[in-house]
Amino acid sequence: MKKQNIIAAAVGGVLLSSAAVSMAATELVIATVNNGHMIEMQKLTNHFEEANPDITVKWVTLEEGVLRQRMTTDIATKGGQFDIMTIGMYEVPIWGEKGWLKELSFDESYDTEDLLPAIRDGLSVDGKLYAAPFYGESSMLMYRTDLVEKAGMTMPEQPTWDHVADVAAKIHDPDNGVYGICLRGKPGWGDNMALLSTMVNTFGGQWFDMDWKPQLETQPWHDAISFYVDLMDKYGPPGSSGNSFNEILALYNEGKCGMWLDATIAASFVSDPSQSKVADKVAFAQAPTKVTPKGANWLWAWTLAVPVTTTHSDEATRFIEWATSKDYIELVGEELGWGKVPTGTRASTYENPKFREAAVFADAEFKAISSADPTDSTLNESPYVGVQFASIPEFQSIGIAVGQQMSAALAGQTSVDKALKNSQRSADREMRRSGYY
Amino acid sequence: MSFAQKSKSATVIRSSVAWLIALVMFFPILFLTVTAFKTELQAIAVPSVWFFEPTLENFTEVQERSDYLHYAWNSVLTSVMSTLLGLLIAIPAAFSFAFTPTRRTKDILMWMLSTKMMPAVGALVPIYVLSQKTGLLDTRFALIIIFTMMNLPIMVWMLYSAFKDIPHEIFEAARMDGAGLWEEFRHVLLPLGMGGIASTGLLCLVLAWNEAFWVLNLTSSQAGTLASLVASYSSPEGLFWAKLSAVSVLAIAPIVVFGWFSQKQLVQGLTFGAVK
Repeated sequence: MKKQNIIAAAVGGVLLSSAAVSMAATELVIATVNNGHMIEMQKLTNHFEEANPDITVKWVTLEEGVLRQRMTTDIATKGGQFDIMTIGMYEVPIWGEKGWLKELSFDESYDTEDLLPAIRDGLSVDGKLYAAPFYGESSMLMYRTDLVEKAGMTMPEQPTWDHVADVAAKIHDPDNGVYGICLRGKPGWGDNMALLSTMVNTFGGQWFDMDWKPQLETQPWHDAISFYVDLMDKYGPPGSSGNSFNEILALYNEGKCGMWLDATIAASFVSDPSQSKVADKVAFAQAPTKVTPKGANWLWAWTLAVPVTTTHSDEATRFIEWATSKDYIELVGEELGWGKVPTGTRASTYENPKFREAAVFADAEFKAISSADPTDSTLNESPYVGVQFASIPEFQSIGIAVGQQMSAALAGQTSVDKALKNSQRSADREMRRSGYY
Repeated sequence: MSFAQKSKSATVIRSSVAWLIALVMFFPILFLTVTAFKTELQAIAVPSVWFFEPTLENFTEVQERSDYLHYAWNSVLTSVMSTLLGLLIAIPAAFSFAFTPTRRTKDILMWMLSTKMMPAVGALVPIYVLSQKTGLLDTRFALIIIFTMMNLPIMVWMLYSAFKDIPHEIFEAARMDGAGLWEEFRHVLLPLGMGGIASTGLLCLVLAWNEAFWVLNLTSSQAGTLASLVASYSSPEGLFWAKLSAVSVLAIAPIVVFGWFSQKQLVQGLTFGAVK
């Protein structure tokens, strides 16, 4: 009898533990970067978990470069360590085409049509959506109204590069710690080359012609890079070849930059009095143009995607649907403040009066994002999609190599002509090796 | 000037130079700690702000956003276990190299050291694929094995140098008294070589604690150590210096305290091991 009791207890225990296992929540592992909007999403995840008690969320926050490397390695080796990946607009079409990402389809209430068309198209391959935008951005000019006014100048809604150079000359006052203009110089396809690609676009140039031949020694490239190097030499802060977003953000918020052309996301930082000394003296204009407005401002989005290697794709899709929905934006607005909502993804955000009241940059940002067209960003026809990048796998290494040459030219270590010649040579070698011609 | 005066001046100069060097070496830690108590705006101020009202806001945010104890426990476990495992392998190896050398001993020691000359990234892909195939990705066990392998050449070299200082005759005397290999090891080598073993262990513990490359590449949600916690506070868009400083202070605090109490052994290890 005693033996029977022990067996019964053991069987009962096994059954109970099996039930506990089957009732255990699915753990979603999400890889992300340490951006403000991502941190807010982590803080609000408890709302999702409460509404979905069968799912728990675990965050893995990585530095951007490490994140890219980890994502690529994990997906290529079928590691399956992540259920949701935070990837950029550059990776989505490439990975989607390779079959590395699950196609996303949501309920009608998600309102896919509300997603900004330029962003939605950039995340789709053959009409299929492979990632949902969490926040999007373009580039625009941020400037100090007090300095521009003091110099007796004005800033049009969409200035030209020549006008920007004139303003920079007038407000440049290094003796008092104010530099005319701050621009990215740190090498990297997503650093200095994001800015320089838009400059080349508006100067009438492009990365590749219709035969995929690199165009880096053409006149528009020469004009754009010479203009940039000259502008920064005369009116930029010292050590610009090491500056990217964060370095310039620090300078700008300290009141050391008269103008700054960079991601629209910067607008929320420079106009925030808790972190900017010049928050009440900032105004916004569209990215400057030269011979064409095409491609003058970039387009980027941080997105959430489901790798094919995950075994929890349904749960992952549910999370993405929640995190990129209108309801989520409403939740952020109500819980954390309307100035903190992730922008650049949905038209409805910019129609929301609460957001418009909280964000002084709303109109300028919406106009910048709406005017960017990744499918038509160059004066002459191009074979690639993307404003500040070409959406081909080879672009990353080409962009890094060219970025290093441009940074060296800015630092005075080489001439613009030599930097462009070296860039053309390395881009040509990469494209030949990849069999484009 | 008398000899006593000259001697006093020399001491003052030596002390001043030593203090200056110490301050220069310590400055990054001081700057990091001070920045941890600033707001983000104060952290980016140029010139640096040295007089301000300190805030604990950054530490609070780190505590709210991250499970510090989880990462700290992983750091403790991986560094201690890898050090113990390393000593378990390195002590017999160094014992053998020191007291029963062969024609190839020097070559083997050089070969072991040469493995430290290859950049870690060169072995990343094979180790990543091996970890993935064996189901060891994102496990503390994988980190323990890798930290052990990473530190093993240094351990063997340091212990070899320490054991070489023990007179050979003591072992001969022990053998005369009937001691076997185990008795020699237990009653002669361990007591006489304890200083070297302790300093080797301490140094390798610090190296394992600070290891970031393998942690960042092989862990995700489970096995990350404090190094990965620090890295997660770097941001491509937004100011993060004050928060990064706060999390760095929390990450280095345990090992700095540990190093403070064991500095005598650490210095001994560095001088007789790496330099000799």
